[in-house]
Amino acid sequence: MKYAVDDNGFYGKFGGAYVPEMLYPNVEELRQNYLKIMYEPAFQEELQGLLKDYVGRPTPLYFAKRLSEKYNTKIYLKREDLNHTGAHKINNTMGQILLAKRLGKKRIIAETGAGQHGVATATVCALMGLECIVYMGEVDIERQAPNVARMKMLGATVVPAISGSRTLKDATNEAIRDWINNPENTYYIIGSVVGPHPYPDMVTRFQAVISEEMMAQLQEKEGRDYPDYVVACVGGGSNAAGAFYHYLDRPEVKLVAVEAAGMGIDSGESAATSVLGKEGVIHGSRTLLMQTEDGQVVEPYSISAGLDYPGVGPLHAHLHQSGRAIFKSITDEEALQAVLELTKLEGIIPALESAHALAALDRIGAKPDEVVVLNLSGRGDKDLATYLKRFHFDGE
Amino acid sequence: MENRIKNLFAEKQQGLLSVYFTAGYPNLEDTVPIILELEKNGVDLIEVGMPFSDPLADGPTIQQSSEIALKNGMTIPRLFQQLQDIRKHTQIPLVLMGYLNPVMQYGVERFCQKAKEIGIDGVILPDLPLLDYVREYKSVFEENSLSKIFLVTPQTPEQRIREIDSHTNGFVYMVSSASTTGSTTGKAVANTDYFQRVSNMGLRNPGMIGFGIHNNETFAQACNHAKGAIIGSAFIKALGQEGELEQNISSFIQSIRN
Repeated sequence: MKYAVDDNGFYGKFGGAYVPEMLYPNVEELRQNYLKIMYEPAFQEELQGLLKDYVGRPTPLYFAKRLSEKYNTKIYLKREDLNHTGAHKINNTMGQILLAKRLGKKRIIAETGAGQHGVATATVCALMGLECIVYMGEVDIERQAPNVARMKMLGATVVPAISGSRTLKDATNEAIRDWINNPENTYYIIGSVVGPHPYPDMVTRFQAVISEEMMAQLQEKEGRDYPDYVVACVGGGSNAAGAFYHYLDRPEVKLVAVEAAGMGIDSGESAATSVLGKEGVIHGSRTLLMQTEDGQVVEPYSISAGLDYPGVGPLHAHLHQSGRAIFKSITDEEALQAVLELTKLEGIIPALESAHALAALDRIGAKPDEVVVLNLSGRGDKDLATYLKRFHFDGE
Repeated sequence: MENRIKNLFAEKQQGLLSVYFTAGYPNLEDTVPIILELEKNGVDLIEVGMPFSDPLADGPTIQQSSEIALKNGMTIPRLFQQLQDIRKHTQIPLVLMGYLNPVMQYGVERFCQKAKEIGIDGVILPDLPLLDYVREYKSVFEENSLSKIFLVTPQTPEQRIREIDSHTNGFVYMVSSASTTGSTTGKAVANTDYFQRVSNMGLRNPGMIGFGIHNNETFAQACNHAKGAIIGSAFIKALGQEGELEQNISSFIQSIRN
């Protein structure tokens, strides 16, 4: 595959494993084993069984009639919001927890921003009876109380990251430091297509179930296994990577990645890495990175905690640079309007992250007879407090 | 060209003390005074830390000193400016230590040329992997006579230690235990099997033990197993105390050496 990772862990010039020597054995152990374990028949059988009966896959591919009428094209929603725990994140955590078990690891660590990946990790740890420690920025702990409560109820220990800006990037730093301090018994479940190789490729493969199902579902509904457009939001980029994966080498499918512009690209309060980032190294990966001219990492901003990351997965950096994917950016305000629109037209309350993808629908130029699949990565339950406040449903 | 690190290890066989500090901490202009004071107090080698916003391999002490140094306005160009005339004042071996990203943004080749011009002897970039160094940057470091120093850990397999030893010069940085910097649990010097194993390998480069070395006792123990030891976080804590810089430095170094 032209856009797949190469033998050294690179997508074009992006990727690699820029980790201190302390992490080399862990990353190397994973690199040597991940494909072998993932494609063992017994592993696949266990994973597929759990995805079906526990997670609730396959998720529906829903033809959104009223939304299609509004945008004068054929829009399907891939309903990742209907997964157990409310988002696509569990596709990855389920895969990685089975891998961790096969590697004999007893202790699971994870980072989380909004808490969706933390909840998905705590869930599979409860299911497998493994110890779970989730690092979360102190600032995020304050603003995402319901997800913190869920993780605790599921038996996870939530450790506040008190360094730096005390958000997702710092939670990731703390998880990596934990791994350095516990190199032998601990497995690190990264939540997106970021980090040192093989994480970006491994997480992409676990999320690729999304586009695999799309192919079969489109075949049934449209008589062909591909759409004209796949649209997905990108923070680190795991739901987009999964939705794009099986179409990467099919140029007839246009890939649209939607980033968070925050208050606006030029406002200084943004998370649109493809526009504002320069090549750099973060969390073990060479990628596009928002940084100062001196190479210090810049804190991004978006109303959506899940898109609030200063880097982007190396696959996406490559798709951007090669022109294979089209990148769009959507502001907080535009995303909020898209939340209301989908709620009113289709009776679905989307997550703020997914709303960024929805808001890009009028910018892709799809014709009336063209087919658009939009990956609805998560549901809006976690964002209700924001919605109540911003839409004044709280009686004010 | 003279290599100050090589000369140091040729002249002195044991008990070498290397000290790390974050440039720009506690105050922006402290870099040169700290270097000169360390030399005056008999330190053998100095690692000047280039602060980074996301220091993955560091514990809280170095994280905080980096944050303060960045707030004070420390950057690589600023550091080079401060060190411009350092060789008029001291011949102590100087190593720059930091993370890859700021160096990449400055430009690796430009960085190496500037370091050579100033009289820097070596560079440590913990998140630049061996393979990428060999493929992309080794020739630039060598052209500029810079020792690229690599870390090894208790988990590093023998074959990889040998590979690292073959691509580096200066010394091998032996990370004492599975840990970020600044641990004071004493775990740092407990791993005598590992120290012995590396010592028995007969490497071309001398070994220095670092991470978790924080007082007289741990320094002395580390020196039993290698040419010397590296102290970072404990020194930064001493710098952060109230009082005169000179006094803080001399009492700290005396407490380690006595």
